[in-house]
Amino acid sequence: MSPAIGGEAAGLLAADGAGWSREGVAERARRDLRSGSFVNLGIGIPQLVADFVEPEAEIYIHSENGIIGAGPGAAEGEEDADIVDAGKRHITLVLGASTFDSALSFAIMRGGHLDYSLLGGMEVACNGDLANWAAPGRTPGVGGAMDLVQGAKEVWVLLLHRGKGGESKMRVRCELPLTGAGVTTRVYTDLGVFEPAGAAFRVIERAPGVTRALLEEATEAPLEWPEPDA
Amino acid sequence: MDKFTDDIGSVVAQIPDGATLAIGGFGYAGLPLTLCDALCEADRRDLTIVSNNIGGEDRGGGRLAREGRVRKFVGSFPIAPVFTEQLMTGRAEIELLPQGTMVERLRAAGAGIGAFYTATSVKTSLADGTYPSRYDADGHPVAFMAPKETREIDGRLMVLEYALHVDFAFVKAHRADRLGNLQFRLAARNFNPAVAMAAKVAIVETEEFVEVGDIEPDDVHLPGLFVDHVVLSEGAAR
Repeated sequence: MSPAIGGEAAGLLAADGAGWSREGVAERARRDLRSGSFVNLGIGIPQLVADFVEPEAEIYIHSENGIIGAGPGAAEGEEDADIVDAGKRHITLVLGASTFDSALSFAIMRGGHLDYSLLGGMEVACNGDLANWAAPGRTPGVGGAMDLVQGAKEVWVLLLHRGKGGESKMRVRCELPLTGAGVTTRVYTDLGVFEPAGAAFRVIERAPGVTRALLEEATEAPLEWPEPDA
Repeated sequence: MDKFTDDIGSVVAQIPDGATLAIGGFGYAGLPLTLCDALCEADRRDLTIVSNNIGGEDRGGGRLAREGRVRKFVGSFPIAPVFTEQLMTGRAEIELLPQGTMVERLRAAGAGIGAFYTATSVKTSLADGTYPSRYDADGHPVAFMAPKETREIDGRLMVLEYALHVDFAFVKAHRADRLGNLQFRLAARNFNPAVAMAAKVAIVETEEFVEVGDIEPDDVHLPGLFVDHVVLSEGAAR
């Protein structure tokens, strides 16, 4: 656990100086989580958010396999076979945790009882569509992704703005199979913070060192700028 | 009433080739390994397996798939390369379900609910009839999952999901008594109560077999009336 906020030494900035690192994206999203909330962290950058949640914040992490109060990974030699997270890693439980069966766990998601669902993404569109479960050439496992995007009060997508080939993941329409239509309420990337606004992404914040020109170039969808541009 | 037996072989022998079997567990947590091994040793084939994942593990559903015993997989996470190969060459079928939809369909079957509406999977390939359920020997899709009926309920689009009944269930418990009362432990509970409820015959393996009354009424997570047989997990002491 390293609750280091804002420090370059903590590796929160991208190596090339433009924007955040993966850890930086996680730390930025964590700053917007309210104390005393319940949150599910999906595979990918969302998992890193746990490293920035201080125990005194009383932010409880839900794991789809039946846990509220999922804690850090178990130390070597102290693993309990009956305590795993959604990625099947051996973890620990925090004080005040509860465990329950899968039917209740998914009732928690669909029933609107989670404050936040944070998911990774392959593509996200300015109409709020999210694609994060099926990519070409991969065995499609859907897991709990389609449930996680329904019902949580806020659905945040945390992803790198561009793919390995430089292609924008911030799109007008998703080309990959959808996880959910119109479900995304906020997007955190290495280049900034955004809200799907229908025909464009509304820019909430530019990451450190990111120019307006870079953001325009890296985003396939139109951008809607605050007035005046902050 | 005594649902306990040492004779795992004869309990598993009642499962025929072609049966539909739901298996509890999430990864290795709560996975009934002893029962899955016994089914492999009984050489059953053409099974329809309902479980969250298949093949993330060497044993359990992973072993059933590796040995070519799975005709159809119904679940959310089919990540075994061996199962993918069988699927893409027309030797196995799939019904891919969102995890929460799967468990709720099982629960509904056990709860006497014929079907329900949920927003999960609405406007996706798992609901619109475009997701392949079967391929030919060359990997071309030849059948697709049925499109789901969609309806607006309370201003929100939802899909219709039917109860998922199964012939048999394999369940892993932490403690069990001869009445079949079960106690689970931590995150090993997962799908185990729902698979037991959905099955005509629920077979439990337990880490610990205890006297009636040893599990306090408040601590019985699944009442014995859902359970038909109780055996001990391999390596567990009576």
